[in-house]
Amino acid sequence: MSALLSIRHLTKDFGGLRAVADFRLELNEGELVGLIGPNGAGKTTVFNLITGMIPPTSGDIDFQGRTLIGLRPYRIAHRGIARTFQNIRLFNDLSVLDNVRIAYHPYAGYGLAQAVLRTPRFRKAEDALTEAARELLAVVKLDERADDAARNLPYGDQRRLEIARALAVRPRLLLLDEPAAGMNPGEIERLMELVRRIRERFALTILLIEHQMRFVMQICERLTVMDFGEVIAEGTPQEVQANAKVVEAYLGKGPC
Amino acid sequence: MNAGTGREQRVESAERGGAQAVRPRGRWLVLAPVLAIYLIVMGTSAAKILNPYWQQIIQYACIMTISALGLNVIYGYTGQFSLGHAAFYGIGAYTAAFITKSWGIGIVSFPIALAAGVAAAALVAFLIGLPILRLTSDYLGIATLGFGIIVKVLFDNADALIPSLGGSRGMTGIPHYTSFTWVFVLAIGTVLFVRNFVFSTTGRACISVRENEIAAEAIGIDTVRYKTLGFVMGCAIGGLAGGLYAHLYTFLHPMNIDFLKSIDVLLIVVIGGLGSISGTVVAACAWTLLLEGLRVILPSEILDWRLVIYPLVLIIVMLLRPQGLFGGQEFKFLRPGAKG
Repeated sequence: MSALLSIRHLTKDFGGLRAVADFRLELNEGELVGLIGPNGAGKTTVFNLITGMIPPTSGDIDFQGRTLIGLRPYRIAHRGIARTFQNIRLFNDLSVLDNVRIAYHPYAGYGLAQAVLRTPRFRKAEDALTEAARELLAVVKLDERADDAARNLPYGDQRRLEIARALAVRPRLLLLDEPAAGMNPGEIERLMELVRRIRERFALTILLIEHQMRFVMQICERLTVMDFGEVIAEGTPQEVQANAKVVEAYLGKGPC
Repeated sequence: MNAGTGREQRVESAERGGAQAVRPRGRWLVLAPVLAIYLIVMGTSAAKILNPYWQQIIQYACIMTISALGLNVIYGYTGQFSLGHAAFYGIGAYTAAFITKSWGIGIVSFPIALAAGVAAAALVAFLIGLPILRLTSDYLGIATLGFGIIVKVLFDNADALIPSLGGSRGMTGIPHYTSFTWVFVLAIGTVLFVRNFVFSTTGRACISVRENEIAAEAIGIDTVRYKTLGFVMGCAIGGLAGGLYAHLYTFLHPMNIDFLKSIDVLLIVVIGGLGSISGTVVAACAWTLLLEGLRVILPSEILDWRLVIYPLVLIIVMLLRPQGLFGGQEFKFLRPGAKG
């Protein structure tokens, strides 16, 4: 069986800066893979390229055997790729519930005419998607706060809400951009548990960017390490930890 | 296997169990005051307690309500800053007026003329929206402002092409047909339309564009489409207001649709509270009645201060309530009745 996601020779130049250079990555169905590397290595740029937020300079990105190049981000979401953001991007003024309900938009099952006329079909569909959104909130343990404005949630809850919203897209592939950033050890523990749970429950393939090594080493089955836009190492967490190039990228070259 | 299958089944089960959204008797509690307002205005008009001048003002307040609701869809809900709303109002007004002036007025032709005004405003909004909605905030404001000026100049010189539009001398001979019943029913209809739109998945898609365009796109919202939809819908509503206006005052002048008129509507929307239907309704009525009311209340020697007092009211409101009178909140009856 071919890979779920297959990236080959992906390159992105910003003016004279080559942010991503000949990047490659294969994700198989059901894998949980980490993308790590020092700050500025180009990890988030890879996410932005996969989700179509920016166009690549060259290279191929295939998802389920079909190319994603040239698709608008919303089309890529419809194909089954959802993401979270490093700097959280919620719909701040809206309720926690609405943040998730919006993401069900493609599955709402009614049009504007039905909404304006408030037909029985509208009511039924609306109740169903509200129910589904509440269930998702329960998965990330935010159901109690469904009616609060998203901006009033504590930081860790905002991250979980972003995950819930991404799940409402019904993705096959979930991209998490530094999900554990700014979390304390207790929160990280719960996040790991959450990631494992949603992966199981929604049969997800997950690619995540993370700096918290404890998190990465415990949860990821495979790692790709980037530095200066290039892949410098691939393998299991143990292999990568022992790789001299990786140590050098993170700690700098030794004196000799 | 498909990752979505499990959840689809759950959605279906929720459908079976969750459809008991019983509507409370609240609907009648809302209908009663609406009916009361209608009967009071009709009654006092018939009894000549309300003179024709004030009848006209009240109708104008309803028209402003409709127009401002349109802009609220564009700016308040979809987050697209428009300084050209009066242009679409004008397109609706001139289109509707042209039709009734050419073909005569009646119970059939009037709604057709209004609908044509709506369609014309929507069509122009769509065509102009395609290129300019790529812009954001201030830049979009300036582009819509420019468009508004173009439309005004066009109507200034429209008599060269179609003499009956009157050009800069103004368009006369528009039949009078707008009545309180027409504006009231259409204003209520617009309120319901906007409310039902806002509290639906389409409305939420538009709101998500306002809230965070990048995130909206990332969760599968076609932001270009919903930006355009919000803009076209809002402009169409503005066109409806214009058509009613033309048949209320029976005279149209390009001055009626210039930049300052766009600002008036923008003020109403901001004062009422962006993204609030209740706020728009209250602010539109208050603004119209205040502007005219001061004319009556103030003694003649300081009447000219009217135009100082009302900007002062604006400044004070903005200082005290920068989020607008309603700040995104709604009257209870405008929120969805079913469980949230």
